[in-house]
Amino acid sequence: MPPRETVFQLYLRIALYGFRKHSTYRAAALAGAFTNTVFGILRAYVLIALWEARPGLGGYDVVDAVTFCFLSQAAIGPMQMFGGSLDLARRVRSGDVAIDLMRPASLQLWSLADDLGRAFYLLLVRSVPPTLIGAALFGLTAPQTVWRWPEFGASFALGLLTSFGWRYLIALSACWIDDDRGVQALSGVLMSFFSGMILPLTIFPGWLGAVAQATPWAAMVQVPVDVYLGTRGLWEALAFQGAWAAALLALGALATAGARRKVVIQGG
Amino acid sequence: MIEVERAGRSFTHRRKAGVLRRERHVVHAVRDLTFSVAPGEFVGYLGPNGAGKSTTIKMLTGILTPTTGRVRVAGLDPSRRRTALARRIGVVFGQRTTLWWDLPLRDSFELVRHLYNVDQGDFRRRLAELEELLDLGSFLHIPVRQLSLGQRMRGDLAAALLHAPSVLVLDEPTIGLDVVSKAALRAFLRELNAERGTTVLLTTHDLGDVERLCSRVMVIDHGRLSFDGTLGDLRATAPEESSIEDVVARLYTGGG
Ligand SMILES: Nc1ncnc2c1ncn2[C@@H]1O[C@H](COP(=O)(O)OP(=O)(O)O)[C@@H](O)[C@H]1O
Ligand SMILES: [Mg+2]
Repeated sequence: MPPRETVFQLYLRIALYGFRKHSTYRAAALAGAFTNTVFGILRAYVLIALWEARPGLGGYDVVDAVTFCFLSQAAIGPMQMFGGSLDLARRVRSGDVAIDLMRPASLQLWSLADDLGRAFYLLLVRSVPPTLIGAALFGLTAPQTVWRWPEFGASFALGLLTSFGWRYLIALSACWIDDDRGVQALSGVLMSFFSGMILPLTIFPGWLGAVAQATPWAAMVQVPVDVYLGTRGLWEALAFQGAWAAALLALGALATAGARRKVVIQGG
Repeated sequence: MIEVERAGRSFTHRRKAGVLRRERHVVHAVRDLTFSVAPGEFVGYLGPNGAGKSTTIKMLTGILTPTTGRVRVAGLDPSRRRTALARRIGVVFGQRTTLWWDLPLRDSFELVRHLYNVDQGDFRRRLAELEELLDLGSFLHIPVRQLSLGQRMRGDLAAALLHAPSVLVLDEPTIGLDVVSKAALRAFLRELNAERGTTVLLTTHDLGDVERLCSRVMVIDHGRLSFDGTLGDLRATAPEESSIEDVVARLYTGGG
């Protein structure tokens, strides 16, 4: 076993490469930032209309609702909230995953590092500028204390981990499902609806709201935004997200072992 | 260095044979294969399409476990000791790449250094050597997706050798290369084997590769070895003036 420090350096470098790889697609990222901004503005007007008709809906005032809109727009790129799949899915379909599994490294950590590098790049290009534009145009809720920033940062980071954990499972499902387009599409729907991307989950009454808010997708958008707005207890929020992230990553580790067995023993 | 003892590998194919019925049928990609390769040998591994060459290589590299028999590479059971083996073996699949598509070639090498925990000094020295022998200098800084096939192949080969493995396994590395790229690759492989003593197992459909490089040839057909001997022995299986192509074609069609 190589020393821990070397292993850390390896994954750090993979994250750096994930960042650099995505920065070579600058035009795509800028187009994404533009789309995020435009849709953010459109969504904001829809939410403003809704909150003017029903003030205080879901426990938010109108400024909170617009803030929710732009912060959730900011999650789209880094967390791939419309179900964008990991490159791994393509490698499973092409059989290249056999090469990945042969490397003296963990496929899951490798993919995670790569995805976090990508997420960080998209955060800078596709999340920060649209949010600043939204703040300039509409005025967003300011954080109640300075501590809100690191608290939101931690919650957003757990959202990223949860999103990766989910998308990794979806990508590996291609090992067992010949045509994974259906799974990808379903994942996109689940992620965009149950995360609160379409409408904040807090406005759904009764059991639908309760179920929606208990899902891993809620841990990606709804919960971090609530942490920012101060409408959800910090520790309860972090524990909820941490539990989902841990559960999905643990399932991912099991799925990785299963995929290895399938490739090595059954031949893919 | 490589020991294969009565190794077999079969795959179960399932196909629809009616509305509800599914037929299972077993393909024996490799059956009862026995051979060993000594350190420093340069062995050509030939056979028609579908003969079981890639399956053999996948068993040697730990991507597939044998269904029967035993495989040892550098003293290790490949599929069980994947991590330990990875440090001693270099693998190149002509049809796939291990390089990072969007990044300069040099970045992939740097990653290999971390992956195999290669000491910085050794890494610099080996890279400088490979850079010269494989003439990588002019495209080290170019993203892999923009490289020609010949350049990419040289890059893949360098990436497989940066951790100085004692065995190199190549699955159709010359596929699709032009004559100049082929010649460069051959010269490099010959030198690697002669100077460093690296054991090489090479599958190819290019008999020029075999004639110029291999001291020993194995032919596999329908999952079984149909020939194992020196290049001279191989020629001796056919009438005198036959070209090497004819000799091999006779073996493939079972006329040898
Ligand atoms: N993963 C797999 N699943 C099912 N059948 C396979 C698999 N890999 C190889 N085969 C079958 O095994 C046989 C040998 O294939 P292969 O080793 O790739 O041949 P070669 O490399 O000599 O062309 C072929 O009939 C092929 O269809
Ligand atoms: Mg093959």
